[in-house]
Amino acid sequence: MSIDLSQFHQVFFEESFEGLDIMESSLLALDLSEVDSEMINTIFRAAHSIKGGAGTFGFMQVSSFTHVVETLLDEIRGGERSIEQEHVDLFLLCVDCLRGLMTDLQAGTEPDMSQADELKAKFEAILAGESPDAANSESIEAKAEGSENTSAADDTSDIGWKVEFIPCEDVLCTGNEPYRMFRELQDLAEAENGSVEVVPHLERLPEFSKMHPEMCYLSWTIFVRAAIELSDIEEIFEWVVDDCDIRYQRLADADLSSIEAHHSPDTEETSDQAEAVAADNNNENVSVEETSEIDVAISETPAEKIEQVTEKLAQAVTQQAKKETSVAPAKAPSKTAAKAAENTSIRVSIDKIDGLINMVGELVITQSMLGQLGQEFDVSRIQRLQEGLSQLEQNTRELQESVMKIRMLPISFAFSRFPRLVRDLSKQLDKEVDLVMLGESTELDKTVMEKIGDPLVHLVRNSLDHGLESAEERTANGKSSAGTITLNAYHHGGNIVIEVKDDGAGLNKDRIRNKAIEKGLISDDEVLSDSQVYDLIFQPGFSTADVVSDVSGRGVGMDVVRRNIAELNGSIDVTSTPGKGSLFSIRLPLTLAILDGQLVKVGEEVYIFPLVSIVESIQLEKSMLNNITGNQYVMQLRNDYIPIICLQDIFNIDLEKKDLEGAMLVVVEGDNEKIGIVVDELLGQQQVVIKSLEQNYQKVDSISGATILGDGTVALIVDISGLNNRPLDKNSDDQTQAA
Amino acid sequence: MATILAVDDSASMRQMVSFTLKGAGYDVQEACDGSEALNIAKTKKFDLVLSDVNMPVMDGIELVTELRKLGDYKFVPVLMLTTESAGDKKMAGKKAGATGWIVKPFNPDQLLNTIKKVLG
Amino acid sequence: MTNAAQQTNNDVSPGSGSEDEQQYLTFIMAGEEYGVDILAVQEIRGWEATTVVPNAPDYIKGVINLRGTIVPIMDLRSRFNLERVEYSPVTVVIILKVETERGERVMGIVVDAVSDVHSISDSDTRNSPELIEDLNTEFIRSLVSIDDNMIILLDVQRLLTIDKQLLNLAADVAADNE
Repeated sequence: MSIDLSQFHQVFFEESFEGLDIMESSLLALDLSEVDSEMINTIFRAAHSIKGGAGTFGFMQVSSFTHVVETLLDEIRGGERSIEQEHVDLFLLCVDCLRGLMTDLQAGTEPDMSQADELKAKFEAILAGESPDAANSESIEAKAEGSENTSAADDTSDIGWKVEFIPCEDVLCTGNEPYRMFRELQDLAEAENGSVEVVPHLERLPEFSKMHPEMCYLSWTIFVRAAIELSDIEEIFEWVVDDCDIRYQRLADADLSSIEAHHSPDTEETSDQAEAVAADNNNENVSVEETSEIDVAISETPAEKIEQVTEKLAQAVTQQAKKETSVAPAKAPSKTAAKAAENTSIRVSIDKIDGLINMVGELVITQSMLGQLGQEFDVSRIQRLQEGLSQLEQNTRELQESVMKIRMLPISFAFSRFPRLVRDLSKQLDKEVDLVMLGESTELDKTVMEKIGDPLVHLVRNSLDHGLESAEERTANGKSSAGTITLNAYHHGGNIVIEVKDDGAGLNKDRIRNKAIEKGLISDDEVLSDSQVYDLIFQPGFSTADVVSDVSGRGVGMDVVRRNIAELNGSIDVTSTPGKGSLFSIRLPLTLAILDGQLVKVGEEVYIFPLVSIVESIQLEKSMLNNITGNQYVMQLRNDYIPIICLQDIFNIDLEKKDLEGAMLVVVEGDNEKIGIVVDELLGQQQVVIKSLEQNYQKVDSISGATILGDGTVALIVDISGLNNRPLDKNSDDQTQAA
Repeated sequence: MATILAVDDSASMRQMVSFTLKGAGYDVQEACDGSEALNIAKTKKFDLVLSDVNMPVMDGIELVTELRKLGDYKFVPVLMLTTESAGDKKMAGKKAGATGWIVKPFNPDQLLNTIKKVLG
Repeated sequence: MTNAAQQTNNDVSPGSGSEDEQQYLTFIMAGEEYGVDILAVQEIRGWEATTVVPNAPDYIKGVINLRGTIVPIMDLRSRFNLERVEYSPVTVVIILKVETERGERVMGIVVDAVSDVHSISDSDTRNSPELIEDLNTEFIRSLVSIDDNMIILLDVQRLLTIDKQLLNLAADVAADNE
């Protein structure tokens, strides 16, 4: 029967990547002065599983590479070798290398083995050079294999073999059944049209009173009359060869007369006895012949089934593959495959699934209740209907929450890369850094997680490179020589807040200011608050590092970070204390699929503002308004001056121009800037499911998506940070008429 | 049909083993480490146990040792899935009471052949 | 409006298609008959109010909710620079779908009325779109005569591509008008 192993590849890749993550984090956590043996075991197990799986699923390159890694780990685990920093570094390189190999294999491309070969050579050098034992054992192994080969070659016999089998007394206690071996020998011989004769010996049988029912006192001489190679017979006894006395002899050489001699009348009886023992221990009352018949039956029917199923599966897979390729014909195949693999699966804990099933169960009950009510409805039952509907609402809400939870993963998935990153970077920059990670179990949507990874990396790099001082500088300032970077995550309202904190020098306001003036971002007489100054670092093309380092790039970055976060409907801001450090704080929605929205009306159209961006809604009074340039108005709200825009102007909605006085104004904040948006009417608030506008249409400026309202119509969701960042529109404001 | 308990911490191996054996008509239950396997074994008697050696929480060797202490599992064949080419793991397994081993990497056919031989 | 689709389907005599024949759904606009590959037609609906999309080219009437998917609706008269008419009860929206490099794309086109389904062989078509005056020839694949009527076969793929350049142009025009 043939089983297509490729169906397990995806799982293998997933668990290998997990294993590599475990290896990496354990290696990083390893304290060389006090090695935790369980940690070494964990690392070993991960490597071991990858090797085993790779071998089984046909990725021999990976398997043979991992073998040397595993061997070294095994020696360390076994105490034959102590682990050195050099080893840890090498293992970490291996983790990277294996990740690369796996990614290639997963994408279906032939992996580049050059790095692996290089590393393998290094491992072999360590294994060979520093531990002669290991090298020896390998050569012994090789020799052993060699000798086996020669013996196998020599052992072709056309007559057969005499096997003396004297098992140890407790052979049965390892589940090894002599009866099984006889049966195998018989199968083997019958396949060659030969026969097997088993002659039991009772010499070892003790007195009945001393007999222990679990012990095996019999021994046997077995005559295998068939052209079988000795290695095949040896294989049958492979599992017991160490505890039992087994001797092989060519039948040609054996004394033929002795066969006759042993062929005594009591043979049948004793072999029955042997079988009885066997049967007792095995709950197996079938004779050898019967068993082999069943064998045939077993192997035929299910095999057919499997073949059918596999065929169907294969068909389904090809269809799916066709679909995928037809969808994205232009893309390079390897990339598509990798992307697809990345996005196709998610691991969900059973708890979550169970919760979901419960919920669906309740939904079904509610549905049948309502259905029954509908069949025999009259006005008197209106209360029951209302109850049913509110139950339905609750079911739906719970179901929605549970479904959302499926996509939620702990942020540790995004944090896990940082210990390694910080370790490598601090080495590179020659800084001492401690990394503290808090709130790792905080959950957020998988998609958000995938997209927040890069911005986070950038922030951490930035903190390490620009934020933390060198050890000397720190000591000189009375700080501990090692800097600390803290990653923290927590839920706040419907958002997740992720913080990157360092205890470095803090942002240098003067330097940022000067730089901004130099870059023409601000004029030199501009008065800015602290937070406005800090905010300059998110401007495109801004970089304060005196030396452009490899680490934080060349002034591209913070603006990209902000843009990426804004794309996720999130925001980032920074606070800083000179000499004490900086805190970057990212605020993100928990999910991209659902949004708490405020519905507003402009003309006949309904738009949705994300509730999280809304600061307040007020009715405009003339006294609040200030005309600045032309028809541009600002409004004073406490200490802020807020620009006012009309949604109908931005969206070019053909409506009468608006009188600002008495107009409804929604004050929103995006990218740390507030604006007031004039709308016609405030409608209700509700959760909306975000739908893509780009799928069938295209990206629309200042619109982040669409949703479907209760009446089935489409409403567009306003992109607040998009509104803020929109290029200054030369025309739109002209339409705003002074009050 | 014969019942088999398949124990491996690697999901892909477990799936492969389980899929192969189920395909051959065996009734297979999975466990992802020795301790889970032991708990399952206590509730139900299997005709054969197939276990990986290196696993977290409770490894394969310990599992065999514990299984052999249970009356029901005194003579039940326990096969170890092992990549260890060196003899020491095999010996440790034997000592603990393992019936035999299947050396990784193996393919589904090899697995089935061995299981078939042991279960008859 | 699905009735219309069924009706027109019935007009096709069974078994009339030879190897290279393709079926086309035809519709009427400003007295001309146009055809689109029937395989690109997902469904036919009546006109319904759309949600206006800001700063869209004027031939995009807006978007509708098509069973949970947001689908833009294009006014084909407007796209072809034909005189606009009031939508009437026979005004229909043909929902078309095409494969693009970004995946399947669905869009509705507003036409005056659905006409018929024809089986047309490639060999019967002519490539002489320049003969027609006052028509945006960019979307025309070929012409074909059936019973002395000329049918203009459209390139659906091109039709559903909202040209970025065109978009910007539209925005500029809008800006200039103010």
